[in-house]
Amino acid sequence: MSHHIVEVRDVHFAYPDGTDALRGISMRIEHGESAALVGCNGAGKSTLLMHLNGYLPTQLGEIRIGDIPLSRGTVATARRAVGMVFQDPDDQLFMPTVAEDVAFGPLNAGLPPREVEHRVAAALARVGMTEVRNRPPYRLSAGEKRAVAIATVLAGEPDILVMDEPSSNLDPRARRRLIELLRSFEHTKIIATHDLDLVLEVCQRVIVMDGGRAVADGPVTEILGNEELMLAHGLELPGLLRRRNALP
Amino acid sequence: MLRRITIRCYVLPQPWRTGTAGVAGRPWREGVRSISDKDRATTGAAGTTLFMKLADWTELGRMDELACMDSPVHRLDARTKALVTLAFVAVVMSFPRREISALMPFLLYPVVLTSAGRIPARQIFRKLLVAAPFAVLVAIFNPVLDRQPVNIAGPFVMTGGWISFSSVVLRFVLTAWAALALVACTGMNRLCAGLEQLGVPRVFVVQLLFLYRYLFVVADEAAKMTRALELRSGEKRAMSLRVYGSIVGQLLLRSVDRAQRVYRAMKARGFDGEIRLPDSPRLHPADAFFAAACIAFFAAARIWNIADMLGSMLAGRPA
Repeated sequence: MSHHIVEVRDVHFAYPDGTDALRGISMRIEHGESAALVGCNGAGKSTLLMHLNGYLPTQLGEIRIGDIPLSRGTVATARRAVGMVFQDPDDQLFMPTVAEDVAFGPLNAGLPPREVEHRVAAALARVGMTEVRNRPPYRLSAGEKRAVAIATVLAGEPDILVMDEPSSNLDPRARRRLIELLRSFEHTKIIATHDLDLVLEVCQRVIVMDGGRAVADGPVTEILGNEELMLAHGLELPGLLRRRNALP
Repeated sequence: MLRRITIRCYVLPQPWRTGTAGVAGRPWREGVRSISDKDRATTGAAGTTLFMKLADWTELGRMDELACMDSPVHRLDARTKALVTLAFVAVVMSFPRREISALMPFLLYPVVLTSAGRIPARQIFRKLLVAAPFAVLVAIFNPVLDRQPVNIAGPFVMTGGWISFSSVVLRFVLTAWAALALVACTGMNRLCAGLEQLGVPRVFVVQLLFLYRYLFVVADEAAKMTRALELRSGEKRAMSLRVYGSIVGQLLLRSVDRAQRVYRAMKARGFDGEIRLPDSPRLHPADAFFAAACIAFFAAARIWNIADMLGSMLAGRPA
Protein backbone atom coordinates (compact mmCIF):
# COMPACT_ATOMS: atom_id res chain seq x y z
CA MET A 1 0.00 0.00 0.00
CA SER A 2 1.77 3.11 -1.17
CA HIS A 3 -0.57 5.74 0.19
CA HIS A 4 -1.55 5.70 3.81
CA ILE A 5 -4.82 7.41 3.24
CA VAL A 6 -8.03 6.99 5.17
CA GLU A 7 -11.18 8.09 3.49
CA VAL A 8 -14.64 8.04 5.02
CA ARG A 9 -17.49 8.73 2.62
CA ASP A 10 -20.94 9.52 3.97
CA VAL A 11 -20.95 6.73 6.54
CA HIS A 12 -24.10 6.04 8.53
CA PHE A 13 -24.38 3.67 11.43
CA ALA A 14 -27.15 2.84 13.88
CA TYR A 15 -26.75 0.45 16.80
CA PRO A 16 -29.27 -2.39 17.13
CA ASP A 17 -31.05 -0.50 19.93
CA GLY A 18 -31.82 2.28 17.47
CA THR A 19 -29.18 4.81 18.55
CA ASP A 20 -27.97 6.69 15.48
CA ALA A 21 -24.26 6.91 16.12
CA LEU A 22 -23.08 8.10 12.73
CA ARG A 23 -25.26 10.19 10.44
CA GLY A 24 -23.37 10.72 7.25
CA ILE A 25 -19.80 11.49 8.21
CA SER A 26 -17.14 12.16 5.58
CA MET A 27 -13.45 12.93 5.85
CA ARG A 28 -10.19 12.23 4.08
CA ILE A 29 -6.98 11.93 6.00
CA GLU A 30 -3.87 12.16 3.88
CA HIS A 31 -0.58 10.30 3.98
CA GLY A 32 1.46 11.24 7.05
CA GLU A 33 -1.18 13.52 8.42
CA SER A 34 -1.91 13.65 12.11
CA ALA A 35 -5.59 14.29 12.73
CA ALA A 36 -7.53 14.60 15.97
CA LEU A 37 -11.15 13.61 16.39
CA VAL A 38 -12.71 15.70 19.11
CA GLY A 39 -16.28 15.99 20.31
CA CYS A 40 -18.35 15.47 23.42
CA ASN A 41 -19.23 12.03 24.79
CA GLY A 42 -21.59 10.21 22.47
CA ALA A 43 -20.57 12.24 19.43
CA GLY A 44 -19.70 9.02 17.60
CA LYS A 45 -15.91 9.08 17.83
CA SER A 46 -15.45 5.52 19.09
CA THR A 47 -18.06 4.21 16.66
CA LEU A 48 -16.17 5.80 13.80
CA LEU A 49 -12.87 4.33 14.99
CA MET A 50 -14.42 0.88 15.13
CA HIS A 51 -15.34 1.29 11.49
CA LEU A 52 -11.80 2.11 10.46
CA ASN A 53 -10.51 -1.42 10.98
CA GLY A 54 -13.70 -3.06 9.89
CA TYR A 55 -14.91 -4.18 13.30
CA LEU A 56 -18.25 -2.55 12.64
CA PRO A 57 -19.51 -2.97 9.09
CA THR A 58 -20.65 0.17 7.31
CA GLN A 59 -24.40 0.21 6.96
CA LEU A 60 -24.38 3.00 4.43
CA GLY A 61 -21.46 4.79 2.80
CA GLU A 62 -17.91 3.67 2.20
CA ILE A 63 -14.54 3.55 3.93
CA ARG A 64 -11.33 3.37 1.95
CA ILE A 65 -8.00 2.50 3.47
CA GLY A 66 -5.16 3.40 1.11
CA ASP A 67 -7.45 3.49 -1.93
CA ILE A 68 -8.98 0.08 -1.20
CA PRO A 69 -12.62 0.08 -0.19
CA LEU A 70 -13.23 -1.77 3.08
CA SER A 71 -15.28 -4.92 2.61
CA ARG A 72 -15.41 -8.45 3.94
CA GLY A 73 -12.71 -9.47 1.52
CA THR A 74 -10.30 -6.65 2.32
CA VAL A 75 -10.78 -6.43 6.06
CA ALA A 76 -7.69 -8.55 6.85
CA THR A 77 -5.49 -6.26 4.75
CA ALA A 78 -7.06 -3.22 6.35
CA ARG A 79 -6.38 -4.56 9.83
CA ARG A 80 -2.75 -4.99 8.97
CA ALA A 81 -2.60 -1.42 7.67
CA VAL A 82 -4.52 0.14 10.54
CA GLY A 83 -3.05 -0.29 14.00
CA MET A 84 -5.64 0.30 16.66
CA VAL A 85 -4.79 1.33 20.21
CA PHE A 86 -7.87 0.84 22.36
CA GLN A 87 -9.05 3.03 25.18
CA ASP A 88 -8.50 0.53 27.99
CA PRO A 89 -5.10 -1.18 27.80
CA ASP A 90 -6.47 -3.98 29.98
CA ASP A 91 -8.69 -5.02 27.10
CA GLN A 92 -5.74 -5.09 24.79
CA LEU A 93 -3.17 -6.91 26.90
CA PHE A 94 -4.34 -10.45 27.39
CA MET A 95 -1.27 -12.66 27.10
CA PRO A 96 0.71 -13.94 30.10
CA THR A 97 3.77 -11.77 29.45
CA VAL A 98 4.45 -8.45 27.74
CA ALA A 99 6.70 -10.06 25.12
CA GLU A 100 4.08 -12.65 24.20
CA ASP A 101 1.48 -9.93 23.97
CA VAL A 102 3.61 -7.85 21.63
CA ALA A 103 4.31 -11.00 19.59
CA PHE A 104 0.61 -11.79 19.24
CA GLY A 105 0.02 -9.64 16.14
CA PRO A 106 3.17 -10.67 14.21
CA LEU A 107 2.53 -14.34 15.01
CA ASN A 108 -1.00 -14.05 13.69
CA ALA A 109 0.42 -12.50 10.55
CA GLY A 110 2.35 -15.75 10.13
CA LEU A 111 5.84 -14.25 10.39
CA PRO A 112 8.82 -16.55 11.04
CA PRO A 113 10.04 -16.70 14.67
CA ARG A 114 13.19 -14.65 14.05
CA GLU A 115 11.27 -11.84 12.43
CA VAL A 116 8.72 -11.95 15.28
CA GLU A 117 11.50 -11.65 17.86
CA HIS A 118 13.04 -8.79 15.93
CA ARG A 119 9.73 -6.95 15.78
CA VAL A 120 9.02 -7.50 19.46
CA ALA A 121 12.41 -6.13 20.43
CA ALA A 122 12.10 -3.17 18.08
CA ALA A 123 8.57 -2.26 19.19
CA LEU A 124 9.42 -2.47 22.88
CA ALA A 125 12.59 -0.44 22.36
CA ARG A 126 10.61 2.16 20.47
CA VAL A 127 8.29 2.79 23.41
CA GLY A 128 11.10 2.36 25.96
CA MET A 129 9.65 -0.75 27.57
CA THR A 130 12.39 -3.27 26.85
CA GLU A 131 13.00 -3.95 30.52
CA VAL A 132 9.43 -5.09 31.24
CA ARG A 133 9.31 -7.61 28.42
CA ASN A 134 9.01 -10.68 30.60
CA ARG A 135 6.60 -9.31 33.15
CA PRO A 136 2.88 -10.04 33.15
CA PRO A 137 1.03 -7.02 31.69
CA TYR A 138 -1.34 -6.64 34.64
CA ARG A 139 1.60 -5.90 36.91
CA LEU A 140 2.51 -2.74 35.04
CA SER A 141 1.53 0.82 35.89
CA ALA A 142 -1.07 2.59 33.76
CA GLY A 143 1.63 4.48 31.88
CA GLU A 144 3.63 1.33 31.18
CA LYS A 145 0.48 -0.50 30.10
CA ARG A 146 -0.32 2.25 27.64
CA ALA A 147 3.20 2.17 26.24
CA VAL A 148 3.06 -1.62 25.90
CA ALA A 149 -0.37 -1.40 24.24
CA ILE A 150 1.17 0.95 21.69
CA ALA A 151 4.09 -1.47 21.23
CA THR A 152 1.68 -4.35 20.53
CA VAL A 153 0.30 -2.29 17.68
CA LEU A 154 3.67 -1.05 16.41
CA ALA A 155 4.89 -4.66 16.19
CA GLY A 156 2.36 -5.17 13.40
CA GLU A 157 4.12 -2.35 11.49
CA PRO A 158 0.91 -0.57 10.53
CA ASP A 159 0.82 2.38 8.13
CA ILE A 160 -1.92 4.13 10.02
CA LEU A 161 -2.21 4.50 13.78
CA VAL A 162 -5.66 4.90 15.27
CA MET A 163 -5.91 5.72 18.96
CA ASP A 164 -8.86 6.05 21.28
CA GLU A 165 -8.16 8.33 24.23
CA PRO A 166 -4.43 7.65 24.41
CA SER A 167 -3.81 10.01 27.32
CA SER A 168 -6.63 8.95 29.64
CA ASN A 169 -5.60 7.85 33.16
CA LEU A 170 -2.00 8.91 32.71
CA ASP A 171 0.00 10.93 35.20
CA PRO A 172 1.64 14.12 33.87
CA ARG A 173 5.00 12.53 33.22
CA ALA A 174 3.56 9.47 31.48
CA ARG A 175 1.37 11.80 29.43
CA ARG A 176 4.40 13.88 28.50
CA ARG A 177 6.25 10.74 27.40
CA LEU A 178 3.26 9.68 25.34
CA ILE A 179 3.15 13.05 23.61
CA GLU A 180 6.86 12.85 22.74
CA LEU A 181 6.33 9.30 21.48
CA LEU A 182 3.37 10.30 19.30
CA ARG A 183 5.31 13.23 17.89
CA SER A 184 8.12 10.89 16.90
CA PHE A 185 5.88 8.64 14.77
CA GLU A 186 5.78 9.30 11.06
CA HIS A 187 2.62 7.21 10.63
CA THR A 188 -0.65 8.66 9.52
CA LYS A 189 -2.37 9.22 12.86
CA ILE A 190 -6.00 9.48 13.88
CA ILE A 191 -6.45 10.27 17.55
CA ALA A 192 -9.82 10.47 19.26
CA THR A 193 -9.42 12.38 22.50
CA HIS A 194 -10.75 14.89 24.98
CA ASP A 195 -7.22 16.03 25.78
CA LEU A 196 -7.20 19.18 23.68
CA ASP A 197 -3.75 20.22 24.88
CA LEU A 198 -2.37 16.96 23.55
CA VAL A 199 -4.08 17.72 20.24
CA LEU A 200 -2.33 21.09 20.10
CA GLU A 201 1.04 19.44 20.53
CA VAL A 202 0.61 16.35 18.38
CA CYS A 203 -1.85 17.08 15.57
CA GLN A 204 -1.96 19.43 12.64
CA ARG A 205 -5.60 18.94 11.89
CA VAL A 206 -8.76 18.72 13.95
CA ILE A 207 -12.12 17.25 13.08
CA VAL A 208 -14.94 18.18 15.43
CA MET A 209 -17.71 15.62 15.68
CA ASP A 210 -21.18 16.19 17.03
CA GLY A 211 -24.28 14.05 16.68
CA GLY A 212 -22.59 11.58 14.35
CA ARG A 213 -21.40 14.20 11.86
CA ALA A 214 -18.19 16.10 11.25
CA VAL A 215 -19.19 19.67 12.05
CA ALA A 216 -15.82 21.32 11.60
CA ASP A 217 -12.55 20.32 9.98
CA GLY A 218 -9.43 22.40 9.71
CA PRO A 219 -5.98 23.32 11.04
CA VAL A 220 -5.54 22.81 14.74
CA THR A 221 -5.13 26.40 15.97
CA GLU A 222 -7.97 27.64 13.81
CA ILE A 223 -10.47 25.12 15.15
CA LEU A 224 -9.37 24.83 18.75
CA GLY A 225 -8.99 28.61 19.00
CA ASN A 226 -12.56 29.22 17.89
CA GLU A 227 -14.27 29.55 21.25
CA GLU A 228 -17.75 29.94 19.82
CA LEU A 229 -17.44 26.73 17.80
CA MET A 230 -15.97 24.81 20.68
CA LEU A 231 -18.66 25.85 23.15
CA ALA A 232 -21.41 25.09 20.64
CA HIS A 233 -20.27 21.46 20.48
CA GLY A 234 -19.78 20.72 24.14
CA LEU A 235 -16.06 21.53 24.16
CA GLU A 236 -13.94 24.43 25.40
CA LEU A 237 -10.73 26.18 24.56
CA PRO A 238 -7.67 24.13 25.40
CA GLY A 239 -5.87 25.29 28.55
CA LEU A 240 -2.77 26.30 26.61
CA LEU A 241 -4.76 28.65 24.36
CA ARG A 242 -6.82 30.05 27.22
CA ARG A 243 -3.67 30.96 29.08
CA ARG A 244 -2.22 32.54 25.99
CA ASN A 245 -5.40 34.59 25.47
CA ALA A 246 -5.38 35.67 29.08
CA LEU A 247 -1.92 37.18 28.75
CA PRO A 248 -1.97 40.95 28.23
CA MET B 1 17.31 -15.80 29.72
CA LEU B 2 14.15 -17.53 30.82
CA ARG B 3 15.75 -18.89 33.93
CA ARG B 4 16.62 -15.42 35.13
CA ILE B 5 13.03 -14.22 34.86
CA THR B 6 11.79 -17.23 36.61
CA ILE B 7 13.67 -16.41 39.70
CA ARG B 8 12.53 -12.86 39.55
CA CYS B 9 8.85 -13.74 39.30
CA TYR B 10 9.41 -16.02 42.18
CA VAL B 11 10.75 -13.58 44.74
CA LEU B 12 8.36 -10.75 43.93
CA PRO B 13 6.26 -9.64 46.89
CA GLN B 14 3.04 -11.59 46.85
CA PRO B 15 0.32 -9.50 48.44
CA TRP B 16 -2.37 -11.94 47.33
CA ARG B 17 -0.96 -14.42 49.77
CA THR B 18 -1.95 -12.22 52.67
CA GLY B 19 -5.43 -11.62 51.31
CA THR B 20 -5.61 -8.39 49.41
CA ALA B 21 -8.75 -6.83 48.01
CA GLY B 22 -7.47 -6.90 44.50
CA VAL B 23 -8.90 -7.51 41.15
CA ALA B 24 -8.22 -10.95 39.80
CA GLY B 25 -4.53 -11.24 40.42
CA ARG B 26 -3.81 -7.57 40.16
CA PRO B 27 -4.23 -6.36 43.68
CA TRP B 28 -2.63 -2.98 43.17
CA ARG B 29 -4.43 -2.08 40.03
CA GLU B 30 -6.79 0.41 41.54
CA GLY B 31 -4.98 1.55 44.58
CA VAL B 32 -3.92 -0.83 47.26
CA ARG B 33 -6.58 -1.57 49.78
CA SER B 34 -5.59 -4.43 51.97
CA ILE B 35 -8.22 -6.44 53.71
CA SER B 36 -7.09 -8.54 56.60
CA ASP B 37 -8.98 -11.66 57.60
CA LYS B 38 -10.50 -9.68 60.43
CA ASP B 39 -11.81 -7.01 58.07
CA ARG B 40 -13.11 -9.68 55.81
CA ALA B 41 -15.11 -11.21 58.61
CA THR B 42 -16.86 -7.93 59.25
CA THR B 43 -17.84 -7.14 55.67
CA GLY B 44 -21.22 -8.13 54.28
CA ALA B 45 -21.80 -11.86 54.39
CA ALA B 46 -22.98 -12.20 50.81
CA GLY B 47 -20.17 -10.01 49.60
CA THR B 48 -17.73 -12.11 51.52
CA THR B 49 -18.76 -15.36 49.89
CA LEU B 50 -18.39 -13.79 46.48
CA PHE B 51 -15.08 -12.38 47.55
CA MET B 52 -13.89 -15.75 48.70
CA LYS B 53 -14.67 -17.26 45.33
CA LEU B 54 -12.78 -14.45 43.70
CA ALA B 55 -9.80 -14.91 45.94
CA ASP B 56 -9.64 -18.47 44.76
CA TRP B 57 -9.80 -17.45 41.17
CA THR B 58 -7.08 -14.97 41.87
CA GLU B 59 -4.85 -17.87 42.75
CA LEU B 60 -5.62 -19.27 39.33
CA GLY B 61 -3.97 -16.22 37.83
CA ARG B 62 -0.68 -17.43 39.24
CA MET B 63 -0.79 -20.45 36.96
CA ASP B 64 0.48 -18.35 34.09
CA GLU B 65 3.46 -17.23 36.13
CA LEU B 66 4.24 -20.78 37.20
CA ALA B 67 4.03 -21.82 33.58
CA CYS B 68 6.68 -19.29 32.55
CA MET B 69 9.25 -20.82 34.87
CA ASP B 70 11.88 -23.18 33.62
CA SER B 71 12.45 -26.77 34.77
CA PRO B 72 12.93 -30.14 33.14
CA VAL B 73 9.17 -30.68 33.39
CA HIS B 74 8.42 -27.29 31.85
CA ARG B 75 10.71 -28.10 28.95
CA LEU B 76 8.75 -31.23 28.04
CA ASP B 77 6.43 -30.87 25.09
CA ALA B 78 2.81 -29.99 25.89
CA ARG B 79 1.60 -32.96 23.87
CA THR B 80 3.64 -35.42 25.90
CA LYS B 81 2.38 -34.05 29.18
CA ALA B 82 -1.23 -33.92 27.97
CA LEU B 83 -1.16 -37.53 26.80
CA VAL B 84 0.56 -38.81 29.93
CA THR B 85 -1.94 -36.95 32.10
CA LEU B 86 -4.78 -38.45 30.10
CA ALA B 87 -3.32 -41.93 30.55
CA PHE B 88 -2.93 -41.24 34.26
CA VAL B 89 -6.55 -40.19 34.63
CA ALA B 90 -7.77 -43.19 32.64
CA VAL B 91 -5.76 -45.65 34.70
CA VAL B 92 -6.80 -44.11 38.03
CA MET B 93 -10.44 -44.23 36.97
CA SER B 94 -10.20 -47.85 35.85
CA PHE B 95 -9.83 -49.25 39.40
CA PRO B 96 -12.77 -50.95 41.09
CA ARG B 97 -14.94 -48.77 43.27
CA ARG B 98 -13.64 -49.85 46.67
CA GLU B 99 -9.96 -49.69 45.82
CA ILE B 100 -7.77 -47.54 48.02
CA SER B 101 -4.41 -49.14 48.65
CA ALA B 102 -3.63 -49.85 45.00
CA LEU B 103 -4.29 -46.18 44.21
CA MET B 104 -1.72 -44.94 46.70
CA PRO B 105 1.38 -45.46 44.51
CA PHE B 106 -0.22 -43.20 41.92
CA LEU B 107 0.34 -40.25 44.24
CA LEU B 108 3.94 -40.50 43.17
CA TYR B 109 3.19 -39.07 39.72
CA PRO B 110 1.67 -35.71 40.72
CA VAL B 111 4.16 -35.39 43.58
CA VAL B 112 7.11 -35.87 41.27
CA LEU B 113 5.64 -33.55 38.63
CA THR B 114 4.96 -30.82 41.19
CA SER B 115 8.32 -31.00 42.86
CA ALA B 116 10.32 -31.34 39.63
CA GLY B 117 8.38 -28.39 38.24
CA ARG B 118 9.12 -26.44 41.44
CA ILE B 119 5.45 -25.61 41.83
CA PRO B 120 4.60 -24.43 45.35
CA ALA B 121 2.40 -27.10 46.95
CA ARG B 122 0.01 -24.60 48.50
CA GLN B 123 -0.87 -23.34 45.03
CA ILE B 124 -2.12 -26.80 44.18
CA PHE B 125 -3.77 -27.57 47.52
CA ARG B 126 -5.83 -24.40 47.58
CA LYS B 127 -7.26 -25.15 44.20
CA LEU B 128 -7.93 -28.73 45.22
CA LEU B 129 -9.81 -27.44 48.25
CA VAL B 130 -11.96 -25.19 46.10
CA ALA B 131 -12.95 -28.08 43.85
CA ALA B 132 -13.24 -30.65 46.66
CA PRO B 133 -16.92 -30.00 47.50
CA PHE B 134 -17.90 -31.25 44.05
CA ALA B 135 -16.12 -34.56 44.57
CA VAL B 136 -17.47 -34.89 48.10
CA LEU B 137 -21.00 -34.23 46.86
CA VAL B 138 -20.68 -36.96 44.26
CA ALA B 139 -19.79 -39.55 46.89
CA ILE B 140 -21.63 -38.21 49.92
CA PHE B 141 -24.45 -40.76 49.77
CA ASN B 142 -22.19 -43.80 49.40
CA PRO B 143 -21.84 -44.33 53.17
CA VAL B 144 -25.64 -44.17 53.55
CA LEU B 145 -26.45 -46.47 50.66
CA ASP B 146 -23.73 -49.07 51.13
CA ARG B 147 -23.57 -50.28 54.75
CA GLN B 148 -21.97 -53.63 54.10
CA PRO B 149 -19.07 -54.08 56.57
CA VAL B 150 -15.68 -54.70 55.05
CA ASN B 151 -12.61 -55.92 56.86
CA ILE B 152 -9.72 -53.63 56.14
CA ALA B 153 -6.82 -54.45 58.39
CA GLY B 154 -6.80 -56.67 61.41
CA PRO B 155 -9.53 -55.62 63.81
CA PHE B 156 -10.56 -52.55 61.76
CA VAL B 157 -13.89 -52.77 59.97
CA MET B 158 -15.42 -50.08 57.77
CA THR B 159 -18.64 -50.03 55.80
CA GLY B 160 -18.23 -50.44 52.05
CA GLY B 161 -19.81 -47.01 51.62
CA TRP B 162 -17.09 -45.24 53.53
CA ILE B 163 -14.43 -47.09 51.61
CA SER B 164 -15.89 -46.17 48.23
CA PHE B 165 -16.34 -42.60 49.51
CA SER B 166 -12.65 -42.42 50.40
CA SER B 167 -11.79 -43.96 47.08
CA VAL B 168 -13.75 -41.31 45.18
CA VAL B 169 -12.10 -38.52 47.14
CA LEU B 170 -8.67 -40.06 46.63
CA ARG B 171 -9.27 -40.36 42.90
CA PHE B 172 -10.40 -36.76 42.82
CA VAL B 173 -7.20 -35.65 44.55
CA LEU B 174 -5.07 -37.70 42.16
CA THR B 175 -6.72 -36.61 38.93
CA ALA B 176 -7.30 -32.97 39.83
CA TRP B 177 -3.76 -32.66 41.13
CA ALA B 178 -2.34 -34.18 37.95
CA ALA B 179 -4.44 -31.81 35.83
CA LEU B 180 -3.40 -28.77 37.88
CA ALA B 181 0.24 -29.77 37.71
CA LEU B 182 -0.14 -30.15 33.96
CA VAL B 183 -1.49 -26.62 33.56
CA ALA B 184 0.99 -25.15 36.03
CA CYS B 185 4.02 -26.49 34.22
CA THR B 186 2.72 -26.06 30.69
CA GLY B 187 0.56 -22.92 30.57
CA MET B 188 -2.86 -22.70 29.02
CA ASN B 189 -1.68 -21.33 25.66
CA ARG B 190 0.91 -24.02 25.17
CA LEU B 191 -1.45 -26.70 26.37
CA CYS B 192 -4.16 -25.59 23.97
CA ALA B 193 -1.71 -25.43 21.08
CA GLY B 194 -0.55 -28.94 22.02
CA LEU B 195 -4.10 -30.24 22.11
CA GLU B 196 -4.69 -28.80 18.69
CA GLN B 197 -1.59 -30.51 17.34
CA LEU B 198 -2.89 -33.75 18.81
CA GLY B 199 -5.95 -33.38 16.63
CA VAL B 200 -8.50 -32.03 19.09
CA PRO B 201 -10.95 -29.97 16.97
CA ARG B 202 -10.06 -26.31 16.99
CA VAL B 203 -13.56 -25.32 18.09
CA PHE B 204 -13.02 -27.09 21.42
CA VAL B 205 -9.48 -25.81 21.88
CA VAL B 206 -10.47 -22.20 21.28
CA GLN B 207 -13.46 -22.69 23.57
CA LEU B 208 -11.12 -23.87 26.31
CA LEU B 209 -8.69 -21.04 25.74
CA PHE B 210 -11.42 -18.42 25.92
CA LEU B 211 -13.04 -20.03 28.92
CA TYR B 212 -9.74 -19.60 30.73
CA ARG B 213 -9.12 -16.05 29.49
CA TYR B 214 -12.62 -14.81 30.25
CA LEU B 215 -12.66 -16.37 33.69
CA PHE B 216 -10.42 -13.50 34.73
CA VAL B 217 -12.58 -11.00 32.92
CA VAL B 218 -15.65 -12.11 34.85
CA ALA B 219 -13.75 -12.28 38.13
CA ASP B 220 -12.46 -8.80 37.49
CA GLU B 221 -15.92 -7.37 36.95
CA ALA B 222 -17.32 -9.27 39.92
CA ALA B 223 -14.58 -7.95 42.19
CA LYS B 224 -15.30 -4.38 41.15
CA MET B 225 -19.04 -4.77 41.73
CA THR B 226 -18.64 -6.50 45.07
CA ARG B 227 -16.32 -3.79 46.22
CA ALA B 228 -18.75 -1.07 45.20
CA LEU B 229 -21.53 -2.92 47.00
CA GLU B 230 -19.52 -3.45 50.15
CA LEU B 231 -18.45 0.16 50.29
CA ARG B 232 -22.04 1.35 50.19
CA SER B 233 -23.77 -1.31 52.23
CA GLY B 234 -22.44 -0.12 55.58
CA GLU B 235 -23.17 -2.42 58.48
CA LYS B 236 -25.78 -4.41 56.59
CA ARG B 237 -24.65 -7.98 56.30
CA ALA B 238 -26.98 -9.86 54.05
CA MET B 239 -27.63 -9.02 50.45
CA SER B 240 -31.33 -8.92 49.60
CA LEU B 241 -32.51 -11.19 46.83
CA ARG B 242 -33.39 -8.17 44.71
CA VAL B 243 -29.89 -6.72 44.94
CA TYR B 244 -28.37 -10.13 44.36
CA GLY B 245 -30.43 -10.62 41.22
CA SER B 246 -29.49 -7.28 39.82
CA ILE B 247 -25.81 -7.84 40.63
CA VAL B 248 -25.74 -11.18 38.87
CA GLY B 249 -27.56 -9.75 35.86
CA GLN B 250 -25.23 -6.78 35.70
CA LEU B 251 -22.24 -9.07 36.02
CA LEU B 252 -23.35 -11.03 33.00
CA LEU B 253 -23.98 -7.95 30.88
CA ARG B 254 -20.74 -6.30 31.89
CA SER B 255 -18.69 -9.41 31.26
CA VAL B 256 -20.24 -9.82 27.84
CA ASP B 257 -19.30 -6.22 27.07
CA ARG B 258 -15.81 -6.61 28.36
CA ALA B 259 -15.33 -9.93 26.59
CA GLN B 260 -16.42 -8.26 23.40
CA ARG B 261 -13.80 -5.54 23.83
CA VAL B 262 -11.07 -8.10 24.45
CA TYR B 263 -12.19 -10.03 21.40
CA ARG B 264 -12.20 -6.83 19.35
CA ALA B 265 -8.62 -6.15 20.41
CA MET B 266 -7.63 -9.67 19.41
CA LYS B 267 -9.38 -9.33 16.06
CA ALA B 268 -7.64 -6.02 15.45
CA ARG B 269 -4.33 -7.83 15.72
CA GLY B 270 -5.29 -10.51 13.28
CA PHE B 271 -6.55 -13.32 15.52
CA ASP B 272 -8.27 -15.89 13.33
CA GLY B 273 -8.88 -18.74 15.74
CA GLU B 274 -5.47 -20.33 15.43
CA ILE B 275 -3.13 -20.23 18.39
CA ARG B 276 0.40 -19.48 17.35
CA LEU B 277 3.42 -19.79 19.57
CA PRO B 278 6.75 -18.01 19.18
CA ASP B 279 8.77 -21.23 19.17
CA SER B 280 7.24 -24.16 17.40
CA PRO B 281 7.18 -27.04 19.88
CA ARG B 282 9.38 -29.97 19.05
CA LEU B 283 9.56 -33.43 20.55
CA HIS B 284 12.87 -34.29 22.20
CA PRO B 285 14.27 -37.62 23.39
CA ALA B 286 13.36 -36.49 26.90
CA ASP B 287 9.70 -36.53 25.89
CA ALA B 288 9.87 -40.14 24.78
CA PHE B 289 11.72 -41.09 27.96
CA PHE B 290 9.24 -39.27 30.22
CA ALA B 291 6.23 -40.79 28.45
CA ALA B 292 7.70 -44.30 28.46
CA ALA B 293 8.71 -44.13 32.13
CA CYS B 294 5.32 -42.79 33.22
CA ILE B 295 3.28 -45.25 31.19
CA ALA B 296 5.42 -48.16 32.40
CA PHE B 297 4.89 -47.03 35.99
CA PHE B 298 1.13 -46.64 35.51
CA ALA B 299 0.93 -50.09 33.94
CA ALA B 300 2.96 -51.68 36.74
CA ALA B 301 0.90 -49.96 39.42
CA ARG B 302 -2.30 -51.05 37.68
CA ILE B 303 -1.29 -54.68 37.45
CA TRP B 304 0.35 -55.12 40.84
CA ASN B 305 -0.77 -53.58 44.09
CA ILE B 306 2.57 -51.98 44.93
CA ALA B 307 1.41 -50.68 48.30
CA ASP B 308 0.35 -54.16 49.40
CA MET B 309 3.54 -55.71 48.11
CA LEU B 310 5.64 -53.21 50.00
CA GLY B 311 3.59 -53.77 53.14
CA SER B 312 4.00 -57.55 52.88
CA MET B 313 7.69 -57.19 52.23
CA LEU B 314 8.13 -55.00 55.31
CA ALA B 315 6.01 -57.33 57.39
CA GLY B 316 8.06 -60.24 56.11
CA ARG B 317 5.18 -62.37 54.87
CA PRO B 318 4.37 -63.53 51.32
CA ALA B 319 1.98 -61.27 49.35
